[in-house]
Amino acid sequence: MRFFTRRAAFYLFTAWAAITINFFLPRMLKGDPITAYLARNQGKVSPEAIDSLRVLFGLDNPKPVWQQYFDYWGLLLRGDLGVSLSKGLAPVSDVIAGALPWTLGLVGVATIISFIIGTAVGTIIGWRRGSRAEAIVPIATFLSTVPYFWLGLIVISVFSTTLHWFPASHAYGKGVVPSFSPEFIGDVLYHSALPAFTIVLTSLGGWILGMRNMMVTVLDEDYVTVAQAKGLSPFRVMYGYAARNAVLPQLSSFALSLGFIVGGTLIMEMIFSYPGLGLRLFEATLAKDYPLMQGMFLVITLSVLVANILADVVYAIMDPRSRQEATS
Amino acid sequence: MTTLEFRNVSKKYRIRGSRELLALDDVSFTLESGRTIALVGQSGSGKSTIAKIITRLESATTGSVLLDGEPIPSRGRALRAYRQQVRMVFQDPFASLNPYHTIRHHLERPLRLHHVVAPGEVDAEVLRLLDRVRLSADLVERRPHELSGGQRQRVAIARALASRPGLLIADEPVSMLDVSIRLGVLNLLAELQRESNLGVLYITHDLATARHFSDEIMVLNSGVVVERGPSDDVILNPQHAYTRQLRDASPNPDVLFSTPKGGSRS
Amino acid sequence: MFDEELLTLHDFSVTYEVEPPVHAVRNVSLALRRGEILGLAGESGCGKTTLAYGIQRLLKPPAVITSGRTVFHDESGVDIDINTLDVAALRAFRWDKASMVFQGAMNSLNPVLSIGEQLGDVFTAHRPGMSRRDRTAECGDLLDLVKVGRERLRSYPHELSGGMRQRVMIAMALALRPQLMIMDEPTTALDVLVQREILDEISQLRERFGFSVIFITHDLPLLLEISDRIAVMLEGRIVELDSPENIYRNPQHHYTRRLLESFPSLTGDRGGFLRDGEPAGAR
Repeated sequence: MRFFTRRAAFYLFTAWAAITINFFLPRMLKGDPITAYLARNQGKVSPEAIDSLRVLFGLDNPKPVWQQYFDYWGLLLRGDLGVSLSKGLAPVSDVIAGALPWTLGLVGVATIISFIIGTAVGTIIGWRRGSRAEAIVPIATFLSTVPYFWLGLIVISVFSTTLHWFPASHAYGKGVVPSFSPEFIGDVLYHSALPAFTIVLTSLGGWILGMRNMMVTVLDEDYVTVAQAKGLSPFRVMYGYAARNAVLPQLSSFALSLGFIVGGTLIMEMIFSYPGLGLRLFEATLAKDYPLMQGMFLVITLSVLVANILADVVYAIMDPRSRQEATS
Repeated sequence: MTTLEFRNVSKKYRIRGSRELLALDDVSFTLESGRTIALVGQSGSGKSTIAKIITRLESATTGSVLLDGEPIPSRGRALRAYRQQVRMVFQDPFASLNPYHTIRHHLERPLRLHHVVAPGEVDAEVLRLLDRVRLSADLVERRPHELSGGQRQRVAIARALASRPGLLIADEPVSMLDVSIRLGVLNLLAELQRESNLGVLYITHDLATARHFSDEIMVLNSGVVVERGPSDDVILNPQHAYTRQLRDASPNPDVLFSTPKGGSRS
Repeated sequence: MFDEELLTLHDFSVTYEVEPPVHAVRNVSLALRRGEILGLAGESGCGKTTLAYGIQRLLKPPAVITSGRTVFHDESGVDIDINTLDVAALRAFRWDKASMVFQGAMNSLNPVLSIGEQLGDVFTAHRPGMSRRDRTAECGDLLDLVKVGRERLRSYPHELSGGMRQRVMIAMALALRPQLMIMDEPTTALDVLVQREILDEISQLRERFGFSVIFITHDLPLLLEISDRIAVMLEGRIVELDSPENIYRNPQHHYTRRLLESFPSLTGDRGGFLRDGEPAGAR
């Protein structure tokens, strides 16, 4: 238990540090885009909005820094990240909340599928060293070196434009109203098929190779020889003795890659016009929408942190040695 | 005459939070030129801690460690002089030599570092060192992986002797070597000890070699020296229960087959 | 007890097919008797571990059995030619008739499974009809038997000391009451006190269950104490095979003599040791 409380304390500290840095950064920037914007759009911005922008960005603020910091925390805890300058002054938190589920849903699920398939394939290939199945490795590696946009365009061109099997863009059909009905969900899945497919294709290689290499290393370990000497079934040896140990570093990589989901799928969203966070961030950058950018950075930072916590927890569950504190 | 003295040395380790481990408890001994002392202990006895303190990887929590009456230095020229006087041979012949460098490099370094001979004579000294440990001169350009375990350990010994030290700490010097060459390496150490009048601290878990290799034995149990004395006395007539336990637990075919002493077995 | 043969090795050879090929075991012939402790003495590279693995067909490429027969005379009366067993039969044979205690138990236990699970695996594989409760009870009994204690069923390997891990390995090897236990340096990494305890336990278990032991180690004095017969191996061959007393008093082969001399006597003479510069026997 002590192990978990120590880790929790560590993460809380990191979160606090990230938020604090986020507070100080805009105040260190030269120039002041917010003031320029406000000057241009004088009548259109409500006093509350100006206030929160002041707190978030520290502009023109007569209050002492520590007071601003205090107010900043207050805003954050209320979920107020300011207003988006490029999205018609909609609250930043709304803009992010609108895009986040799409990103998490599509990319998150695709990454999980890729991890599971890749690890399973890597396990089997590693187990049967030197067999013909090894041919999968160069193929998968090749796929992961293919530029994503190229693969995306090819996939669209083949499966959408030519074969008309799947739609080429957007998260759901035009004119369809979002709801929790089966039709809507079906529509969403239908639209997510191609983007998910391309994500899985390009990331599969990494997981397969990683798992295969770890399997090869673990298969040389003494305890695998002992397992075979005990006369256990090959499946039990492969799974319980080899894969259970080989998967540990994979899990760490997986959790870290989860952290990248939130910010890193810009190209996919551009090609498929998928309304995710990456696209929003890109647009915000072009429009110099600082509040939205800052809000998204915070969300990205915190989600990487959460992903790390998850990685730690899963690792602690899977590897009993890591729960040990000092060697006695 | 060089003397290394442990005076009432205790070592406490702090383990994650509040737990403390007393690795050494009031240990005292003196290592001096011309004598071999064996430090006998099982794992966890604290013998590696003593080695670490001598090489300054750790420092004593209480008590003092003195070289020729002065506390061992912590930096500068005094530390360099200490390291020249007190040298160590490690247990693992496969890990103590840098695989990247030639044997020549390994032996030159201490010679140059401690200015043992004039720069022009370094090459000759390297060959002389190899000769002392009974290795042929053509090994000089080889790398460690080309040598056997026994040869590597001899190089390690040569390296230790390069600086012409007064004291040698041998930490399980033969336990990772093949059985049939252990005796050769120990005999070499004994010979070198006599020739250079070294003081040797032989750290081991093996009672038999401790008895035959050293003048005096100290038995260490959980950080405490439970018995010490001349080798033959400690082994043949142990006073402490722990020593007796150790002696009785060691395989002893002589007792088993009751050979009369002085029998011709070689 | 020693009349019948349990295992017959005839002209057994193993080669590592690398460039140049390494003949790790050369034409070894051996007859192990039922209930006997056979010590296999030798240094690294002599082939003793290869031999042990080879008997159970545990060798991995590039090691190949190039000649010989290995016949196991089961107590039921059937003779089993180990080399001709198919994969399924070999799996059934393993651990049930002959099991192994591996060296360096540090790495021989799966770090992510509990002790109970690893013991239980043996029963799951070989006694599929056993209920879970019976399995757990049996595993607990085994741990009690080797004095580790059934409360350790849920512990993980890294939570046990070296001596305990070795005892767990012995318990595991004993699980199916095999007729042969091959032990490869089982006490090498252990303290002399723990080693003595474990050796005593092995002797007691052997008395009780009647299995044969092939005890592999470089520690000749140890073998002199516990073996019924000792085989000395050098470069893939058995160069001497005799009772401990004969080997001690009257070694025939020069290598046997050399090996004996490498161990200075604890309470007797110095043997080949030259502490004072005098060769042994010069008194």
